[in-house]
Amino acid sequence: MRDLEIDVNGQMLKLKEDGSGPPLLFLHGAGGSNWSPMLKLLAEKHRVIAPEHPGFGRSPTPDWMMSVGDLAFFYLDVIEKMGLNDVHLAGHSLGGWTAAEIAIRNTSKLKSVTLLAPAGCRSATVPFGDIFLWDAETATRNQFYDQKLAEERIKLLPQADLDVSLQNKATVARLAWSPRLCNPQLPLWLHRIDVPTMLLWGKEDKIVPFACHTAFVEKIKGVKLVPLAQSGHSLHTERAKECAEAMIAFCREMGK
Amino acid sequence: MKFYFFHLMPYGKVSAADLDKHGSTWLTLPNSLYDPAEGTKLYKRYIGELEYADELGFDGICVNEHHQTAYGIMPAPNVIAGALARTTKRAKICVLGRALPLISNPLHIAEEFAMIDNISDGRLIAGFVRGIGTEYFANASNPSLSHARYYEAHDLIVRAWTERGPFRHAGRHFEFDYVNIWPRPVQQPRPPIWIPSQGSSETVDWCAHPDRKYVYLQTFSPLASAKKSFDRYRDQARQHGYEASPDQLGWALPMYVAETDEQAREELRPHIEDFFNRFLRYPLEARMPPGYTSIASTKALLEQKFKQRIGAQTIDSMLDLGLVLAGSPKTILATIKARQKELGFGHLIAMLQIATQPAEQTAKSMKLFATQVMPHLKG
Repeated sequence: MRDLEIDVNGQMLKLKEDGSGPPLLFLHGAGGSNWSPMLKLLAEKHRVIAPEHPGFGRSPTPDWMMSVGDLAFFYLDVIEKMGLNDVHLAGHSLGGWTAAEIAIRNTSKLKSVTLLAPAGCRSATVPFGDIFLWDAETATRNQFYDQKLAEERIKLLPQADLDVSLQNKATVARLAWSPRLCNPQLPLWLHRIDVPTMLLWGKEDKIVPFACHTAFVEKIKGVKLVPLAQSGHSLHTERAKECAEAMIAFCREMGK
Repeated sequence: MKFYFFHLMPYGKVSAADLDKHGSTWLTLPNSLYDPAEGTKLYKRYIGELEYADELGFDGICVNEHHQTAYGIMPAPNVIAGALARTTKRAKICVLGRALPLISNPLHIAEEFAMIDNISDGRLIAGFVRGIGTEYFANASNPSLSHARYYEAHDLIVRAWTERGPFRHAGRHFEFDYVNIWPRPVQQPRPPIWIPSQGSSETVDWCAHPDRKYVYLQTFSPLASAKKSFDRYRDQARQHGYEASPDQLGWALPMYVAETDEQAREELRPHIEDFFNRFLRYPLEARMPPGYTSIASTKALLEQKFKQRIGAQTIDSMLDLGLVLAGSPKTILATIKARQKELGFGHLIAMLQIATQPAEQTAKSMKLFATQVMPHLKG
């Protein structure tokens, strides 16, 4: 795995890259960047490019970044700057929302889109989890259906890098405090996504509830919905294998 | 020294069991626990206490803004200030303060304050705050934009008071093609501005700047923090080439006066302990929404300040820290004299009604303070 840093119109962007094959650009969620078990599996078949969004990790929240829409335009610049074509774009949670915002703007460089439990569209009946009000332990529990996985991570909480977690949260607040975790206008433009799109969603998601899938399913033509039973929000960890396999198969089929 | 009476308007009729069940006095404590009949009585009593302070000769009477909480039933302090503008004759009316970043139209604050200033014949003291962390949840306002919105709203309000309209404001957070408020304030060029804070050095520096010279008001802080802020204010002033006067510094703290030290301590005990341990109870996450303060300040607060303040406080620990004053008139007088000498403040803001403290005790404490402490220190 390679750690790279590129300059995109004056904004530094850190990214991890591994594997070879059709390029897959993966956008992380609110919790920040990590080379998850799912990315490891994807890198067996793809050139996986996993950037750390501006304003996450050790980079301060950029002044220009006021919304997920700004972040989407930024990634369109990244794709251009890196000279990527036929990209399989994927994203989880906040990153899934960002992927959808990218795809409604321009799909000319995209081969497919995979949204894993994407934020971005709210449900009229089930609210998002209040990720900002939960304490760290509750937030960790609510990431997972399998509470054994949560327990393991709760034990590691005292070792968490406070600078990074505070920075990540500050940027998530900038982008998603209000309207909370969504762009109310997004459903109006989802019909513009004209490349094959797949939705992976845990049916027991306590952060971005499964009920939020309806806007995506109603508006994106031919979207493939893959509900995952007994699965929470943190799909890329909790259901790494199923997600990676589904994505590899989907990309292979759509890449033909 | 000048003296002010500050009311928080607490709603005390929530049982300990209910607070334990919901774990917070703020934001999520269900308002089914609010009894409007009780509220009606409390408003009558509390406004009466503010009016009594005017009669007793306090230089000012103070109100403030908090949302969705039993801690204080004053989400719109200007409503109270409007009533006081009519029923009081002499005291300054201090709104400490309005939370600027929370609303989408800061001109409403400029207008309401100008109205109070007109109705009260120029008795308004205008306070500006950012609002504590939980207000960002209660008002769906983005905490990561709090600082930027505060400064822009402040600049706009001051311009709206001091420049003749109509003029245009095209900022990053607020945009108005016509800034042209009617009425304009009575006090010229503008009402005095006070900035309450718990000791942010950025706020102290901003207040001390020669363009502003705002009264910096230290609230709810141990003695040591108040001293640090006041020293910093004076240092900043010197660096800008002027000497800060005591009139630029205020200190606000809960206080209780009774016949003897022992009586004061025992009568205040249940209420002040309730105040810190129940009324100020809410999760850390609600105090510190992301982006509300810089990462460095957030870390510092997480590591030090809250350890000290979140843990259960007793009246003795609070008196030791200098968070609270309680005693006979003689003790209070001596303590204030000593603190004034040490800290050099010119405004003392006495919070003489705390939590569940009943009306009789409040009136007694106010009267003892006004008749046996204030006269020796006024001027």
